[in-house]
Amino acid sequence: MAEPLLSVKGLAKRFGGVNATSDLHLDVMPGEIHAVIGPNGAGKTTLIAQLSGMLKPDQGTIVFDGADITRLSAAARSKRGLARSFQVTSVFRDFTATDNVVLSIQAHSGHSFRFWQPVRKETELYDAARRVLDQVGLKDRAGELAGVLSHGEQRRLEIAMALATGPKLLLLDEPLAGMGPEDSARMARFLGTLKGRYTILLIEHDMDVVFALADRITVLDYGQAIASGTPEEIHADPEVRRAYLGEDSLDEEGGATGC
Amino acid sequence: MNWIFLAEQFLNGFQLGILLFLIAAGLTLVLGIMDLVNLAHGSLYMLGAFFAATFAQWTDSFVLGVLLALPAILAAGMVIEVVALRTLYARSHLDQVLATFGLILFFNSLVQLVWPLDGLTIPLPAYLDGAVELGLGVTYPTYRILIIAVGLLVALGLYLMVAKTRLGMLIRAGASNRVMVGALGVDIKWLFTLVFGLGAMLAGLAGMMMAPILSATSGMGEQILILAFVVIVIGGIGSVRGAFIASIIVGLIDTMGRSFLDVLLLAVLPVNAAEAAGPALSSMLIYILMASVLFFKPQGLFPAQSG
Amino acid sequence: MNLRAHATPRSLFTFAVLALCALMPFIAPAIGQDYYVDVFIRIMIWAIAAVSLNLILGYGGMVSFGHAMFLGLGAYTVGILSYYEIYSAFIQWPLALLIGAVVSLGVGAICLRTKGVYFIMITLAFAQMIYFLGVSADEYGSDDGLIIDERSQLGGVLDLDDGLTFYYVVFAFLLLSLFIVKRLVNARFGMVIKGIRSNEDRMQAIGFPTYRYKLACFVIAGVLGTLAGILFANFEKFISPDMMYWTRSGEMIFMVVLGGMGSLFGPVSGAVVYLFLSEFLSNITEQWHIIFGPFLILVVIFARGGIDGLLGGKRRHHG
Repeated sequence: MAEPLLSVKGLAKRFGGVNATSDLHLDVMPGEIHAVIGPNGAGKTTLIAQLSGMLKPDQGTIVFDGADITRLSAAARSKRGLARSFQVTSVFRDFTATDNVVLSIQAHSGHSFRFWQPVRKETELYDAARRVLDQVGLKDRAGELAGVLSHGEQRRLEIAMALATGPKLLLLDEPLAGMGPEDSARMARFLGTLKGRYTILLIEHDMDVVFALADRITVLDYGQAIASGTPEEIHADPEVRRAYLGEDSLDEEGGATGC
Repeated sequence: MNWIFLAEQFLNGFQLGILLFLIAAGLTLVLGIMDLVNLAHGSLYMLGAFFAATFAQWTDSFVLGVLLALPAILAAGMVIEVVALRTLYARSHLDQVLATFGLILFFNSLVQLVWPLDGLTIPLPAYLDGAVELGLGVTYPTYRILIIAVGLLVALGLYLMVAKTRLGMLIRAGASNRVMVGALGVDIKWLFTLVFGLGAMLAGLAGMMMAPILSATSGMGEQILILAFVVIVIGGIGSVRGAFIASIIVGLIDTMGRSFLDVLLLAVLPVNAAEAAGPALSSMLIYILMASVLFFKPQGLFPAQSG
Repeated sequence: MNLRAHATPRSLFTFAVLALCALMPFIAPAIGQDYYVDVFIRIMIWAIAAVSLNLILGYGGMVSFGHAMFLGLGAYTVGILSYYEIYSAFIQWPLALLIGAVVSLGVGAICLRTKGVYFIMITLAFAQMIYFLGVSADEYGSDDGLIIDERSQLGGVLDLDDGLTFYYVVFAFLLLSLFIVKRLVNARFGMVIKGIRSNEDRMQAIGFPTYRYKLACFVIAGVLGTLAGILFANFEKFISPDMMYWTRSGEMIFMVVLGGMGSLFGPVSGAVVYLFLSEFLSNITEQWHIIFGPFLILVVIFARGGIDGLLGGKRRHHG
C-alpha cells in the first residue's frame, strides 16, 4: 500500500478549556480528494490552520511527503508543496489579479532579495501567471484589481494563488463559501477538473459537492475524527447520521450522490 | 546610601507607579475596548492640572478645586470623544496616531493661549504641606502619602467596578469580544463615550494631584504619556490588572534606577565609565525593560484575552 | 523620461517640484528671498527622511513611530566625529551608515516580532532610548547639543562649505533616494513588501518567510534615514537630542501621510507642504499648532490618499 502524502497523528489543540482538535488522526493518500466535513465548530478551520502552519498544535505530529513538518512555519510548508486557500477570501486586494498569481509563483522560483531588476521584466513569471489565470477562467480579468472582482471571481483567484505555488497537496477551505448557485456550480465543475491531477484535502459545507467529488470523507465532531471512509460508507454510518447530519438531512442532501 | 534614603526612593517609585496607573488605566481600556490609540491621553492629564489649578484659585481651596475639576474633565473627555475621536474607531492605528498627535499639538497651544502664564501652581493647604513620621526614622511628605492613598483607593474602586458591576461586565466583555457587547443590545456608542470620559477623569485626577508638585505646564502630558504607553504595553493591552502591576514595576524601576544605578555600576565598572553610563542607562532602563518584555512576550505580561 | 507621453497632473506636479528644487538657488536671489535656499535645503533633507520612512510605512505597512532615531544616529555620528576633529566624509559617512544599518538591524529584529499597536510602541520606545542616550551624553552637550565646526570634508572633490555645492549635493541625494526606492519597489523585493502590507498571512501561506523581508526593508529604510541625518548635521552644523524627539517621528509620519502613503513622490510633496505650512503659520501666530493640529486631524479624516490622491494617483486603503 502506498504511503500517505499527509499523515496526521494524535493532533490536539486547546483554546482555554475547549478542545478544538483532540487526538485527531487523518491520512491523505496521493491523488485522492479527501473531504473533511463536520458541523460548525467541529474544528475544521482549526485543523486547516494547524496543517498549513498558522497555528501550532499542542500535541501530535504532521508528516507530509515523508518529513515531519509539525514545527515548520507556514512559509516553509508552502515551500515543500503544501498550499492552502482561505475560507474568508484572502487575496491582495490592491494588486491586479495577475500580480496576485505572480506573487505566488515568485515565492517558489528562487528568493526575492532582488532589489534592482524590475519584476515586470521577468516575463516567465507573467507567462506562468497567465496560464494559471486561464485555468481558473480569469484570463479576461487579469488586469483588474483583485478588490474589484466579483465574489465568485475572487474565490477562483483564491484557488489560482494556491495552484500557482505548484503544490503537491491542496488544502481547500470551503471553496464554495458565500457563493450563489451559479458560481457554486461553476466552482464545483472546476474542482472536478482538478480531480486526479492534484491531491486535495477539501473542507466544504455543500454536501452535494462533497459526495460528488470526494474519494474519501472524514467526519469531525468536537475536534475528533468520528468516522472515515468512502462516501458510501459515510452515508451509511449510523453514528455520522446521529452526530452530524441529523436523522433525515443526509437523505435529502445525500440524494445527489449519484450524479 | 543608607536605608532611609532607600525607603524614601522606594516610596517615590511607588507613588510614580500609582500616578502612572491612573493614566494607564484609561489608556489601556480605550485601546482594549475601542481599539483606539489615543496619544492625546496625556493632554487630559495636562487639562486636569490646569482645571484644578484654576478652580483652586477661584475657590481658594485645593480640595474644592479638585472636586470641581473632576466633573469638568469628565465632561471635557466626553466632548472630545464625541467631537473628534468617534470617527476614528473604524480607522487604522496609523490614522489614530496621527489624528491624536494633532490633538496634542492643539491642546498644548490652547493651554498656552488660555493660560499665558506658563507654570500654574497650586499652594497646598497647611494640613497637607507637612511630613509624616513613618517610624524607624523614615519621614515622608504628607501630600505624597495622600497621592498613594487616593491612587490605591481608585485602583480598588476600579477593580470592584470592573469585577462586580454591569458596566464592568460590559467593559470586560468589550476588551475581549467587541461583537458580543453589541449583541447584548447595549448602546455601544454610549458605552464608549462613558468609558472614555472615565479614563479622562482618571488621567485628569493624576494631573490634578501632580499640579501642586510640578505646577501645570503646557506639554507636561507627553513625558508621562510615553511612560503610560510603556506601562500598558508591558502589562498587556486591555488589562487593568496588567496596567496596575506594570505601573508599579515601571515606577519603581525608573525611580530606583535613577537613584541607585550609578552606585551599582560602580561595583562593576571603573569610576569614569560608571559615571558616564549611569545617567544614560537609568533613563533608558524602562525602555530596555519594555523591549525585553516584548521580546519574550509580544503581547505583554497579561494579554487581555486570557484574563 | 518622456514627459509629454505621461503628462498627468501627477507627473506635472512631480516635475514642477523637482524643477523648483533644482532652480531654487537661482530663483531665490532673483525674487529677493535668499533664505528660500535654506528653506529648500531643509525641505529636501526632510524629504529624504520621509522617503525612507515611506519605504517601511507606505509600502511595507509597518507603522514605525521611531524613525527620528536614524536621523539622530546619522547626525550624532557626524557631530561626534568632528568633535574629535575627524572631518573626512570618507570616514564619517560610511561609519554613520554602518551604525544606522547595525542599529536598524538590531532594533528591527526585536520590533518586528510584534505587531499592531505593540510595534508602534516598541519603535517609539527604542527611539526614546536613543533620545535619552543623547540627552545624557554630557560630553556632547546633553540637551543643549553640540556645535559642529566644519562640514564633512570630501577631500577636495567637493567643498560642502560652499552653499551652492552643498545645495546640489543634497539635491543629488534626494534624487538618488527616490531612484533607489523606485527600483526597490518595482523589483521582486518591492512586490514582497507591498504584498506584506496588503495581507501578511497570505504571503506566508504562499511561501514567503515574511519576517526576513520586513527586516531587510527596515534596515534599508534605516540606512536612508541615517543619510538624512548626516546631511542634517552638515546643514545645521549643530546637533541636539531634539532632532530625535518623538514628535519628530510624528512629523515624519505626517509628511508621508500628507503626501500619499506608498506613492514614490508623495513624501516629497508632504515635506514641501509641511515645511511651508509651518513656516507660514508660525509667521501668523506663535501658537500656530492651534491651527495646525486640527488641520492634521482633517487631513487624516478627509484627505485619504494625501496629495498624491488629489493628483489622481491610485488611492490606497491603508488599513
